[in-house]
Amino acid sequence: MVRFAQDCRLLFMFPISPLSNPLIAWVNPNFLNTPTIVLMAVVLGLLAVVYVIGVLIQRQPESSLNPAVVRAFNSRVRAWWLMFLILTSAVLLGKTITVILFGGVSFWALREFITLTPTRQGDHRTLFWIFFLFTPLQYFLVGRGIEYYGLYSIAIPVYVYLFIAARIALAGDFKRFLERTAKIQAGMMICVYSLSYAPALLYLTFKNQDGSQWSGSPASVLFYFILIVQAGDVFQYIWSKWVGKRVIAPNINTSRTWEGFFGGTLSTTLLGTVLWGVTPFNHWQAAFMSLICSVMGFAGGMTMSAIKRDRGVKDYGTLVEGHAGILDRIDSLCFAAPVFFHLSRFIFSMNV
Amino acid sequence: MIWSSLPTDVRRLTRPVAAKDYWDKGAIRRHVAKSFNALLIDRKEIKVHRSPVDLMIQEAGDTSSLIVFPEGGRSTTGELGEFKSGLYHLGKKRPDWELVPVHIDNLNRVLPRGEFLPVPLLSCITFGPPLWLEKGESKADFLSRAREAIIRLKEV
Repeated sequence: MVRFAQDCRLLFMFPISPLSNPLIAWVNPNFLNTPTIVLMAVVLGLLAVVYVIGVLIQRQPESSLNPAVVRAFNSRVRAWWLMFLILTSAVLLGKTITVILFGGVSFWALREFITLTPTRQGDHRTLFWIFFLFTPLQYFLVGRGIEYYGLYSIAIPVYVYLFIAARIALAGDFKRFLERTAKIQAGMMICVYSLSYAPALLYLTFKNQDGSQWSGSPASVLFYFILIVQAGDVFQYIWSKWVGKRVIAPNINTSRTWEGFFGGTLSTTLLGTVLWGVTPFNHWQAAFMSLICSVMGFAGGMTMSAIKRDRGVKDYGTLVEGHAGILDRIDSLCFAAPVFFHLSRFIFSMNV
Repeated sequence: MIWSSLPTDVRRLTRPVAAKDYWDKGAIRRHVAKSFNALLIDRKEIKVHRSPVDLMIQEAGDTSSLIVFPEGGRSTTGELGEFKSGLYHLGKKRPDWELVPVHIDNLNRVLPRGEFLPVPLLSCITFGPPLWLEKGESKADFLSRAREAIIRLKEV
């Protein structure tokens, strides 16, 4: 009973506590240490270079390059700028803001996913609850901290799954029941559950090789993670274009080849190893973690391609004119985030 | 929804036409209808000398545009229903008015008929080229032509 009362108190204190200490909330010295700043500066420089290249290519009227490729490249660069700005401001403003921003991304991605997935009128109330109750709830639990790991790691796979099935049954429409349940659940798992593990990294207490507490900032681990996954996408694409011959699954995605996969994964692993300094990992561990990120990112890209092919569209963004599909950009992050989080928690953190 | 997609200055001159028996019930609905500057039409007491079409023409005057829902009520299946004759009478009485077909994609999923909580799906509003009632065109011909115009927008 006492424990419960304490929990309640914490629950109500939570939204107020960052405000009661504005200094820590706004500029947290542990949050923004030297390696993080250096990493951010390097990424900012790279983004600027890539942006200039994109603008130069676009200005060349008689280019031998396919205009569709140039457009795709520029849209990707814009997405990176957005990611970088969100991440930077979020990291400067503290954990809670980061969680809220990721929640917004999940919400938007889920909109794209459900728009693409045919549902029936009987699913309407279910959809309302997953958008306005369960998506915010997942991020609320993540924002409550690592003590709530036991709850947020099963909330969507167990409780939301049971809710979706029961609520659709209550609506009284049995047509393609299992299919509809599975579709909504898949949207929640990919867009909300998986992605919520990315900001959850901020709440881990990492440890050094000797078991003592790591003095670095979890924000730099999150930054490292996103950077590696995005780099994995780019390297796999470049290798595919460069030496790609054997297409893995031509019916799903014509641009992903075995050469691209192996070359990209190798390059990503090398980059991840070089950047080990911003993480609590040693060289070998950093190599292993980036290898995992690259493979999972690949898996995410393939899976989302399969869903898109099934629905007969090329990009989630083409659903609405002039709107860049968020889901096209975060598919690899969604798949890599839970694995990266769990490995970090079990092997490299003091929160087990 | 169409209203919210328009620019603000156009919005001030645009009035959605809605059913009085629904939108005049309860304070919240009245407030919503008022904030949209809706033109409420009484569906129950239709008088011969003050038919809804006359009322629309009179209220709109020379400056406003009206948003009319020619199906009368929304279908539950997502298929486009038959148009009511009001559109024809409107076109006959004011042949100088442009009738602009508009199609909203996904509306049946965002807010199905009978639900009050919307689901935030992505939607797309398509405006088509205006059409007019041709000279000597029969009611059935005109209504099916207007309906075709909307269906064409759906396929865009």
